[in-house]
Amino acid sequence: MTVRPTQRSKNVIKSPIFSRFVALVSPLSTFAPFWHVVRPPRPLFNHPVVVRDPNPKMSKLEPLQTLCKHTGRVWDVSWHPKGQTFASCGEDKTIRIWSKDSDSKWSNKVILTDGHKRTIREIAWSPCGNYLASASFDTTTCIWDKKSGEFECNATLEGHENEVKSVSWSKSGRFLATCSRDKSVWIWEIAEEDEYDCAAVLSAHTQDVKKVVWHPHDDILASASYDNTVKLFKEDQSDNDWVCFATLQGHESTVWSISWDKTGTRIVSCSDDATLKIWQKGQNTEETWKCVCTMSGYHNRTIYDVSWNHSSDLIATACGDDAIRIFKEEEGGDLEAPTFSQVTCIERAHAQDVNCVAWNPLLSDILVSCSDDGEIKLWKFIPE
Amino acid sequence: MPTDGNLIPIFIALFELVQFDIWGVHIFLKMRLEQLENQNPNVYNKTTDRLITAEEENDDVVDEFDSREIFDLIRNITDPEHPLTLEQLHVVQESLIQVDNANNSIFVNFTPTIPHCSMATLIGLSIRVKLLRCLPARFKVRVEVTKGTHNAENSVNKQLADKERVAAALENPHLIQVINQCISNRKRVSLSQFFRLNY
Repeated sequence: MTVRPTQRSKNVIKSPIFSRFVALVSPLSTFAPFWHVVRPPRPLFNHPVVVRDPNPKMSKLEPLQTLCKHTGRVWDVSWHPKGQTFASCGEDKTIRIWSKDSDSKWSNKVILTDGHKRTIREIAWSPCGNYLASASFDTTTCIWDKKSGEFECNATLEGHENEVKSVSWSKSGRFLATCSRDKSVWIWEIAEEDEYDCAAVLSAHTQDVKKVVWHPHDDILASASYDNTVKLFKEDQSDNDWVCFATLQGHESTVWSISWDKTGTRIVSCSDDATLKIWQKGQNTEETWKCVCTMSGYHNRTIYDVSWNHSSDLIATACGDDAIRIFKEEEGGDLEAPTFSQVTCIERAHAQDVNCVAWNPLLSDILVSCSDDGEIKLWKFIPE
Repeated sequence: MPTDGNLIPIFIALFELVQFDIWGVHIFLKMRLEQLENQNPNVYNKTTDRLITAEEENDDVVDEFDSREIFDLIRNITDPEHPLTLEQLHVVQESLIQVDNANNSIFVNFTPTIPHCSMATLIGLSIRVKLLRCLPARFKVRVEVTKGTHNAENSVNKQLADKERVAAALENPHLIQVINQCISNRKRVSLSQFFRLNY
């Protein structure tokens, strides 16, 4: 039998022993173009599971500035709605407010102390930008305002039995939500100036509630919990009672954070199970939400925070493996089964766990992150 | 033998009480101390001290963290119930420690003396705190119950892995006092004496 060696086997054959194999291998190699046809099929899931993209496109996240004024872990950063200022908080029980100097470098302008006796876990600016709410492990939430010219704590919301984990203002400015390790979510109605009435105590979760986030324009609240679920709440117009109208089940461990897209029809959630999930609202009803995409294999540890950019639609994640990753939806995808791919990953964005990422609400390519290493970093996203 | 369902509230209760009720802590721990859960634990011999080689003393040789080094850090932590170390009770063993220097990760398994030990979370927390204080911040420490040795291992593991809950627990002055007592290597007053003094 005469064998015409292929390009590949020519390079390999060095001894006569190998030439015996060539007789076997070469005829097979003529079938090579068909091999891909009989490749084992991808495993079937009830929804598409996105695995790591071997050749991520090269968008860049360029570090702009590193800020280190906090002592100890920085838990959260929050942009002012005008995007010129942001606030940070952490283990050192202080809130710091940062803005740009004339030389366009960020610096610490105000330090708020003595509001809380323990770690400040999260801060949130009101949609009008005049108020700042801070949630603390000391079981209280403080509301700060600048009416006297300087930031002062003019209201303290008490009622939770344990650490308050998160706080969020509704876009209408009518409501404030807080959640706690005591498994409850509280909704506060802003009655008058500095008057906060408890409108509801929601005990739908069975464990520690980690995060509350309001819908981008409606009075709908999403909460994420240690019980592995995300729940959605709204006010029942007939009797003004707040009810849980949807439970998003699918994560296998604690859901740490959630973020709405700009339309409010999708939610991204991140979890201790190292996956991201995209949830899509049903076409006609508000009650049905389903998971349309799971992104697994990208993160190596717990994902502590996720932020969905309302201008560029990019998703940023903060992970316990010290990395910041950016995801983008692939164009032309099915609405019911979208595909997201990683466009960039900064492996050692911080020296320790990244706790929070937040896109600037106006300058849509600016991202701020904070970490257990006590640092806050500003980044600029540069598309490929 | 209590079932899984019965057990979870017990040590959640330990945490809840410890978190916000000073009298609750004292009374609860005192009750536990008066009726020990495991009255006759097996006691094992201590391992011999490590021989320090000349190479280890040489500052020019970079020597990476290994499981023996981690073991030395945690083996003398005392049990919350007995005046014995975790090593003597075989709660920690060198073979159940994995160190990955390249990925900055350390994995410690611990074995509660009995499968319904309500102190499991406290023991795990002591190991975490000890390693948190002794190791460089780059390390990610994971402390878990050895598979199949505790009725509620998933729930204990999840709580120990939640850095937010660990951070909140460590801000509790009463709990941190108990943990400090467990991890200090000094010959200590027994825990019951300690609480009697504080009463």
